[in-house]
Amino acid sequence: MTEQVTPPKGIGSMAKREMRLAYAMLLPTFAIVLSIVLFPLLANFWISFKPVQLADLRQAEIKINEQLRPKPMAAGEDVILRYRVRNSSQKDPVSDVFLRDIIPAGLIIGAVPEICNLEERELSCDLGDQEAGSRLEIKIPVTVEQSYLDAGIRPKDLPMQVSGTSTNALTSFDFTFDNFRKVFASSDFWSVLRVSLYYTIFGTAGALILGLFAAQLLNTAFFGRNVLRGLFLFPYVAPVIAVAFAWVLLLDAGPGGTFNAMLQSMGASDGPINFLGQRSIPFTVFGFTLEFPMALTTVILFEAWRYFPLSFLFILARMQSLSSDMYEAAEIDGATPLQQFWFISLPQLMGILAVLFLLRFIWTFNKFDDIFLLTGGAAGTRTLTVDVYEQAFAVSNLGAGAAVAVVVFIVLLFFALVFFKFSPQDDG
Amino acid sequence: MKLGSVTYASAIIGAIWGGLWMLITGLVLMLVTGIIAQPPIGIAASVGAIAGVLTVCIPLEVRTRRWQILRGLSILIALMLFTFVMPFGISIDNGVIWNLIFVLIWGALLSLSLDLCLGGYSSGKTNRYRLEVLFLRLMKGLGFVLFSIFVMLPFYVMVMTSLKSQQSLLFNPLDFSINFEQGTSKLFRSYIELFTQYDFGTFLLNSAIVSVVTVVITLLLAVPGAYAVSRLKFPGQAFLSRSILLIYMVPAIVLVIPLYAVFSQAGLRNSLWGLLFVYPATTIPVALYMLQGYFRGLPMELEEAGLMDGLRRIGVIMKITLPLSLPALASVALYVFMIAWNEFLFAFMFLDDFDMFTLSRGVVSLNSSEVPRQHLMAGAVVATVPVLIIFLWFERYLVAGLTAGSVKG
Repeated sequence: MTEQVTPPKGIGSMAKREMRLAYAMLLPTFAIVLSIVLFPLLANFWISFKPVQLADLRQAEIKINEQLRPKPMAAGEDVILRYRVRNSSQKDPVSDVFLRDIIPAGLIIGAVPEICNLEERELSCDLGDQEAGSRLEIKIPVTVEQSYLDAGIRPKDLPMQVSGTSTNALTSFDFTFDNFRKVFASSDFWSVLRVSLYYTIFGTAGALILGLFAAQLLNTAFFGRNVLRGLFLFPYVAPVIAVAFAWVLLLDAGPGGTFNAMLQSMGASDGPINFLGQRSIPFTVFGFTLEFPMALTTVILFEAWRYFPLSFLFILARMQSLSSDMYEAAEIDGATPLQQFWFISLPQLMGILAVLFLLRFIWTFNKFDDIFLLTGGAAGTRTLTVDVYEQAFAVSNLGAGAAVAVVVFIVLLFFALVFFKFSPQDDG
Repeated sequence: MKLGSVTYASAIIGAIWGGLWMLITGLVLMLVTGIIAQPPIGIAASVGAIAGVLTVCIPLEVRTRRWQILRGLSILIALMLFTFVMPFGISIDNGVIWNLIFVLIWGALLSLSLDLCLGGYSSGKTNRYRLEVLFLRLMKGLGFVLFSIFVMLPFYVMVMTSLKSQQSLLFNPLDFSINFEQGTSKLFRSYIELFTQYDFGTFLLNSAIVSVVTVVITLLLAVPGAYAVSRLKFPGQAFLSRSILLIYMVPAIVLVIPLYAVFSQAGLRNSLWGLLFVYPATTIPVALYMLQGYFRGLPMELEEAGLMDGLRRIGVIMKITLPLSLPALASVALYVFMIAWNEFLFAFMFLDDFDMFTLSRGVVSLNSSEVPRQHLMAGAVVATVPVLIIFLWFERYLVAGLTAGSVKG
C-alpha cells in the first residue's frame, strides 16, 4: 500500500501569513474610509429620523458665574459670595447638577444654604435638576480679612467643578417621522426632483456631446495640438470657485456684465438678459406659449462646459487606439467621411460612451458646488443636493436636511442598480 | 463660372467665415482697445460669400501666392466700399491705426479660412464624398474657433477684470484694454490689496499645507493598500479591487451633515485637522484604484526574484515596486493635489475663522457686495494659477492619471 499524497487541507502557514500581511496593509485604508464615509452614511440615516435643529448641536450645560459683591475694599467688610447658576439651553434640562468649589483663604464663611455643605474650605452644593433656561442664585455671606486682600487670590481663581447630565440631541433615542413627512408634503419637493433630473440628464449629455466633438477635432495630428489639448482641459482643472465666479461676472445682468454688453452692442438683444437670475422666458410657438427655463439652461451649459474635458480625454484616448485598417477598407469601398464616423467610429466608441455616461450621470446628480455657487439654488435651479444644504443649514433643520440626503442616496442607489443591470460589460 | 453644389457651398462657407471673423475681430477690437464698434456682420458675410465663389471659380493651377494677395486686397477694398469706409460700423477716425490693423486681421483670417476650406475644389458639381469633406472642413474650422473662445472667454474675463477698476468696468464693460501707463503697482492693486488686507498669504499657505499633507497621507495609505490588493492573496481580494470605486459614488453632500455634527461636538470643525481627515478619505479610494491597476501591470518576476534573494515584502515594495512605479505615483500625487486644492464643499462647511481659510473658502468670502469685483476675480486668479502651472508643467502625468483612473468629477 502506498500512501496517497494529497495537497494540504485548509490554509497553510505561508498563506496565512500573507493574508495577515494583506489585512495589515489595508487596515489604515479601511479605518479612514469607515470613519469618514461609511459611518457618516449610517449616521445620516439616524439623523434623518430625529428632530434635530442646527442649534441642538450645542449641548445643554450649566454655566456658573462666581463673584464677591460688593467688591471688598478693606478688612472686616461683610460681603456676599454669589454663585449665579444658569442652564444655557432654552430647550433641554440638565439633571443631577452638582457644584464643587474651594473658597480662598482669608474669607470667614457665614451660614451656607441648606442645599450646600461646607468642609474646611471646600463647598459642595447639590443643585438637583435644572429646567431649560432656569436661573438660580446661591448667596453665602462672608467676612473679608486682611490676608485675603494681601494674597490676591480671588474666588474665581480657584477651580470650580460642575457636573450634571444632559441629553445629547444626536445620541438620544428620540425618533420622529416628521422630517420625511415634511419633505414629501412640501410642494417644492417634486419640482426639486424634476430639476435634478433635467440638470443631470442634460448636463451629462451636453458634456458627452461636447467631449465627442472636441475629440474629433484633436484626433488628427497637427501643429499646436498638444497646446490645444492642454487648453481644452482648463475648465476641468481650474478650481470650481474661480470658474463659477468668472461665469457669474461674465453673465451678470447688471451694468458691467460683459456678455450682455456684447449682445447689446451686436444688437442681438434689447435689454440685459438675466441668465442666472431669471426663472423662465416665455416664447410662442404655433400659438402655444412655452416657458424657456433660462437659469436652469445656463447652469446646464456651465456643467457641460466644465466637464466636457473629462469625456473629451477618454474619448480621445479610445479613438487613438482604434486601428486604421477598417477605415482604409471603408475608404476603398467608397464610404464617405460621415458614414465612416457613423458606422465605424461611433459603434467602437459606444462602450466608452456608455461608461462615461454612467459615471458622469451619477457624479452630476451628486454635484453641489456648481449650482450653489452660480445661483444658490434660486430661479428654479434648486436640485436635491442644494436642497439638502438649504434645509440643514439655511433653514437650520438638520433632521430635514438629512431626510433629503437620504432621498438623494436612495435615488442614486436606484440609478446605480438600473445602470449596472443594463450597462454593457466591456471597456472600463 | 459653373453653377453646382461646390459653388453654392463655397458661397455659404465664405459667408459664414466672413461674418464670424467680423464678429470676432469686432469683439476683440472692443475688448482690446475700448472702442465701441458695431461690426457690420451682414456686409462682411456678403463679401465673404463673393470671395468664396471667386475662389472656386479660379482654376486650381492659377491659385498662387500672388493670386491670394490679389484676392485679399479685393476683399478689403470690397468691405471698405460696402461699409462706406466704416469697416467696424463706426467712423474710422476713432483710432485709425486700430481700425486698419483689425480690418487687415479680418481679411487675413478670411483668406486663410477660405484656402483651408476650399483648397482643391473648383466650381460646379461634385460627388457626395467630396461634398462631405467640404462640410467637415467647415465644421472642424468652426469647432476650433468656437471651442477655443468658449473655453477661454471666462478665463479671459477673470484675468482682465482683476486688472481693472470697478468704475471703468461699469462705464464700459467691454473695455478690457490695459492701461500700462499707470504703473505696475496700480495695475496689480487688487492683488496687492488681497495679500495686504485680506490675508491671502495665509489662505495660500493653508491651501498648500492641506493639499501637500493630503497627498502625503493618501500615498502613505494607498500604496500598501494597492500593493495588497494587486499582489497578495486573501479572501475578498477580487471583490475589493472591483468595488473600491463604489465609495466614489457616495455623494459628499450626504456625508456633510453627520460630519458637521460630529466635528462640531468633537472640536474638529474650524481647524485644518478636520480637513486632513476628510480629504484623504475621499482621495484614497481613487488613488488605491489607480495604483493597483499600475502595480498589476508590473512584471511579477522582478518581485519574486527580490523575494528569492532574501528581501522581505517591505524591501520588495521599497526597492523594486516603488522605483518602477514612479510615473504612476507622480500622476496620482498630482491628481490628489488637484482635488484637495480645488475642494470647496468641506472647506466651506467646516471653516469659519479667517486664519484657517483655504483659498476656496477665502475666495467665497470675497463674494459680497462690499468687496469690489476685481478683488473677487483677483482671488480667483490666485486660486487658479498654482494648479494651472502645475498642470501645464506635468500635463503628461496628469493626463495619464486622469485616464488611467477613469475617475471622479
